[in-house]
Amino acid sequence: MPLPAEFADLEPYLAWALPTESERYARRLDSSLVEMQTFYDAAFPRLEEAIVYCDEHPYDDLPEDARTLLRLMQSLVMVSFPVEVWKQARVPDSGAAYLTVTAEPVV
Amino acid sequence: MALYPKPAEGSWTEHFPGVGTGVLSYEDCISPEFYEAEREAIFKRAWLNVGRVEDVPRVGSYFTKEIEVAATSLVVVRDLTGQVRAFHNICRHRGNKLMWNDYPRAETAGSCRAFTCKYHGWRYDLTGKLTFVQQEGEFFDLDKADYGLVPVHCEVWAGFIFINLAESPEPLQVFLGAMVTDLGGYPFDALTERYDFTADIRCNWKIFLDAFQEYYHVPVLHSQEATPAARPKMPGFEAPYYNLDGPHRMVATSGPPRRLWPTDYQYPIEIATRSGLFGPWNEPDLGDDLPGVNPGGIKAWQMSNFQIFPNMEILIWQTGWYMLYRYWPTSHNTHRFEGSLFFPPARTASDRAAQECAVVMFKEFALQDAGMLVGTQQGLESRAVRDDFPLNDQELLVRHFHNSVASWVDDYQRAHPVSVTR
Ligand code: FES
Ligand SMILES: [Fe+2]
Repeated sequence: MPLPAEFADLEPYLAWALPTESERYARRLDSSLVEMQTFYDAAFPRLEEAIVYCDEHPYDDLPEDARTLLRLMQSLVMVSFPVEVWKQARVPDSGAAYLTVTAEPVV
Repeated sequence: MALYPKPAEGSWTEHFPGVGTGVLSYEDCISPEFYEAEREAIFKRAWLNVGRVEDVPRVGSYFTKEIEVAATSLVVVRDLTGQVRAFHNICRHRGNKLMWNDYPRAETAGSCRAFTCKYHGWRYDLTGKLTFVQQEGEFFDLDKADYGLVPVHCEVWAGFIFINLAESPEPLQVFLGAMVTDLGGYPFDALTERYDFTADIRCNWKIFLDAFQEYYHVPVLHSQEATPAARPKMPGFEAPYYNLDGPHRMVATSGPPRRLWPTDYQYPIEIATRSGLFGPWNEPDLGDDLPGVNPGGIKAWQMSNFQIFPNMEILIWQTGWYMLYRYWPTSHNTHRFEGSLFFPPARTASDRAAQECAVVMFKEFALQDAGMLVGTQQGLESRAVRDDFPLNDQELLVRHFHNSVASWVDDYQRAHPVSVTR
C-alpha cells in the first residue's frame, strides 16, 4: 500500500508525492488549473487529518506510507496559491522569473 | 493620518542628519562606469557575508564561493584547529582554479584533508601551506614556503562568515557597528533547518535590494498577501521604527501575530498548516532575552529587517525564525539573488508542514518582485527620466542605501584619483 489505508482515496493523486521542491514546482507549472483544483479538492479536506496521522510516527523515522502521504501534502501546499489565489499555475506578472531551491530538508 | 508617531523632526528621514529629502538619481543602477567603480570601492573593500558556520561543520569542511563582482572565486575551509579561513581558489603553480567539480564555474562544497590541484597535483594543507609539489626536483630554486595559497581576510560574527578582499581592512565588528553587533546574542545557531533559494535576475543588485528594504510597495504589488476580506483594511504601510548606523540600516514592524487574525483574514492553507508568510504559528522558545532584535523597543514587535552594507539582509521574525538575503552583482544590470530561510529543526510532521507553507509563500511573493524589477531596470535604462525620483518617508532606507553607496565610491575615488590623459 503506497498510502496508509485511511488515505487510500488519495491514490489517484500519487504522482504528486514528490520529494523535492523543484519536482513539486515543475509539476505545478506542467498542470492545468483544473488538474490542480481536482487534486486540491480531494486532498485539502484530508490535510489536517494527514498531519495528525504523520505526527503519530517519529518524524525522523516515518514509515514509507506516511512519508508518501506527507510528500503528497507538500504538493498540496504547492498548489494552494494557484488554486486559492492566483487562479493559474504561475505567479501573475512574474514573467520569466524563477527562484530555484538549492537546499532543503527532504522528508 | 499617521499610524505611529514620527520623531520630533516631523519625519524619520529628517530625524537622521545628512540624509536629505531631495529627489534621487538612479544613474548608479544603470551606468556601466559606476558599476566598475562599485567593484573596486565597495566589493573589494567591504566585509561580505559568504556563509554560515554550519556550512563548514567539521575540520576539513570547505565550500567555494564565486564572487563575480570581484572577478574571483574563494575557498572557505575549517582548518585543523577549528578556525575558519578563506583563500583565493587559485593554484600557485600556473593559476588553475583549485577546488571545483564537473564545471569549473560552478560552486562546490565538501570535505578534505588537503587541497589538491587537478592540473599537476600540487597540494596545500588546510592553512593554505604548499605541502607537495609533483617532481619537485625539476623546479629551479623553488621554496615551497613562498607558494602558499593567497589568503583572504576571514572573520566570523554570530556564526556568519565574512570575507574582505582589502589588504588591511578594519576589524569586522568595527565595520558592523553597534546596531548590528547588538544582535550577536540572537540564537542563530538554534535555527539550523534551512531552505536556500537562488535566482539570476536581470536588474542591478541595488534595484532588487531596494524592494526588500521598503514596504511602501507591499499593499500594492503584494496586495494578495492580504485575503480579499482583509485587503480593504490595509490601505498603506507605515513602520513604527527606523534606525541607521554608518552604512547599515534597519526597519521594524509591529502588529498582532498572524495566528490571532480573524479567520477570513487568512487563506485556508494557512489555517490548515498553522503557518503562512509570517512563519509557523507554533513559536519556538528561544528564551526571553533576544538582545538587539527590537532596538526601538516598539510594542507588539513583529519583525526587524537589518540591511548590512553592502549586500546582506537579516530579517528576524518575532515568531522565531529568520531570513538571510544576499545580492551579488554580476554586471551593471544583472545580479544573483540568494535567499535562505532558517527555522528550528522540525521535530514532527506538523512542524515540517508549517515550514513548507512559509517557504512556499515566500517564493510566491518574491517572484512578484523578481518579475517586476526587470521592468524597473528597463524603465530606468531608457533615461526618459533622469535624476528626479521622489522618495517618501517610508523609503528612508532606500535613500540611505544609495547615499552610502555613493559615499563609499566617492571616498575611494578621492583616495585613488584616476589620471585622465587626453
Ligand atoms: S596549476 Fe595547479 S598544479 Fe599546476
Ligand atoms: Fe516585495
